[in-house]
Amino acid sequence: MAQFLSLSEAIRQNVNDGDTVAFEGFTHLIPHAAGHETIRQRFRDLTLLRMTPDIIYDQMIGMGMARKVVFSYAGNPGVGLLRRMRDAIENRYPRAIATVEHSHSAMAQAYEAGASGLPMAVFRGYKGADLIKVNPEIRSVTCPFTGEELAAVPAHRPDVTVIHAQKASRKGDVLIEGIIGVQKEAALAAKRVVVTVEEVVPDFKGLHPNLCILPHWTIDAVAVVPGGAHPSYAHGYYERDNAAYLEWDRISNERALFQQWMEDNVLSVGPEVFAERVAGLRR
Amino acid sequence: MTDFTPVEMMTIAAARALSSDDVCFVGIGAPSAACNVARLTHAPDITLIYESGTIGVAPDVLPLSIGDGELCETALTTVSVPEMFRYWLMGGRISIGFLGAAQLDRFGNINTTVIGDYAHPKVRLPGGGGAPEIASSCGEVFITLRQAQRAMVEKIDFFTSFGHGEGGNHRERLGLTTKGPTLLITDYAIWRPDPETKEFTVRRLHQGVTREQVQDTCGWKIRFADDLDETPPPTDLELGTLRDLQARTTAAHQRMV
Repeated sequence: MAQFLSLSEAIRQNVNDGDTVAFEGFTHLIPHAAGHETIRQRFRDLTLLRMTPDIIYDQMIGMGMARKVVFSYAGNPGVGLLRRMRDAIENRYPRAIATVEHSHSAMAQAYEAGASGLPMAVFRGYKGADLIKVNPEIRSVTCPFTGEELAAVPAHRPDVTVIHAQKASRKGDVLIEGIIGVQKEAALAAKRVVVTVEEVVPDFKGLHPNLCILPHWTIDAVAVVPGGAHPSYAHGYYERDNAAYLEWDRISNERALFQQWMEDNVLSVGPEVFAERVAGLRR
Repeated sequence: MTDFTPVEMMTIAAARALSSDDVCFVGIGAPSAACNVARLTHAPDITLIYESGTIGVAPDVLPLSIGDGELCETALTTVSVPEMFRYWLMGGRISIGFLGAAQLDRFGNINTTVIGDYAHPKVRLPGGGGAPEIASSCGEVFITLRQAQRAMVEKIDFFTSFGHGEGGNHRERLGLTTKGPTLLITDYAIWRPDPETKEFTVRRLHQGVTREQVQDTCGWKIRFADDLDETPPPTDLELGTLRDLQARTTAAHQRMV
């Protein structure tokens, strides 16, 4: 049952050292404010699940919080590479991380399988791809009806999934619109769910009957953090901060500069700074 | 029109390969520009799909990422990412997948994962994203690439996306029923696979490009078609459309910065 909490309390009650966590949002609605709160609370040895690690995991990896990263595309979207993640993989700095690499199709369907309570996802994929050789979790099954060999990957069952959404009702039901990504699947696959939202509205009456909604009883904690997706965007609220993505390429390229940026912009501030960061990006 | 860059020619040649009947899975960069030039010129009814779940998009400016708001706002519909990969891609509803590459070999196999050894890479690249299944599930695959020795190599370091493997009927042997790479468009030439060996063969040189230039920027010994001809240069409409699109894109992204 959803409880309305402060962001720090929502993260403190739901994330533990050593957890498998999924902060999802496909380019859109990336839960950065919750990511920063998780960094401030200095969790250790996390297994980070996410289709596109993106800046949000580049920051956690750079801060030495990750033991393992499960992913399908490790780029800075529209810009280039993730430099903190590369430093960890190539130079084991600030610590070595294990990587489990999939395709998008596999990651998306592993969440779907987790949401469905199934042990694995079955699909047509990975034919001729070398990921099969380097990821022992990619296996195959034979269709009992046609004899076709299909790819199989284990379901994702995160300890906690964290997402950002546009609206919560007073009861704690959550509405996501625009590019909906894998958030619904990632939330329903998880043992615990934390959602940050742009705003709380009385209810969702009168809206389109087929909107993407997570009922309050599928969610553990809701925290109101306007601007909480910055530098990604919230459809209908504010635009993507493309300059911040470009700037990250420079900041993340140097270890000392990265540390200083994290100190100034994450460790010594609170979630209230996100509203200011999107002020110029609102339509 | 004679004044055009090799990359403009590449983009326009790629646009020409698309038609209004196509349902096209679009990657960012040159593929995105080519697909939208096609939509704005000779293929107004083409269905463009980005892996963020946006189907039937008609962006006024090119997106910076595959999940820009512009895509969702102009899409016919936006579906979840699992649905995108299951019903639309795996379901066989996409005729053309448009991919780029960090490394490419003569059989259209693509590497976007690592340079060097996987466990201890010299360079860790972003990885495959949707590409492994785009390469196997789309009806056919078009590839665009700027020619360079380090990009067009004898042997790729990692098979991110399977093309024609070792060539010949390798796809068939793996049980793949789709055509795989059928077209490679570079900044110098247009290539198609040999019907038997599946090795990419140069069929057309862009205007002003020599065989030596194509060979000098490619890491394998190239086969040229016997009836090699020249790519028609961009028309005023094609070049004007591409440049307007890029000017609108630059202006829009600067406004947001």
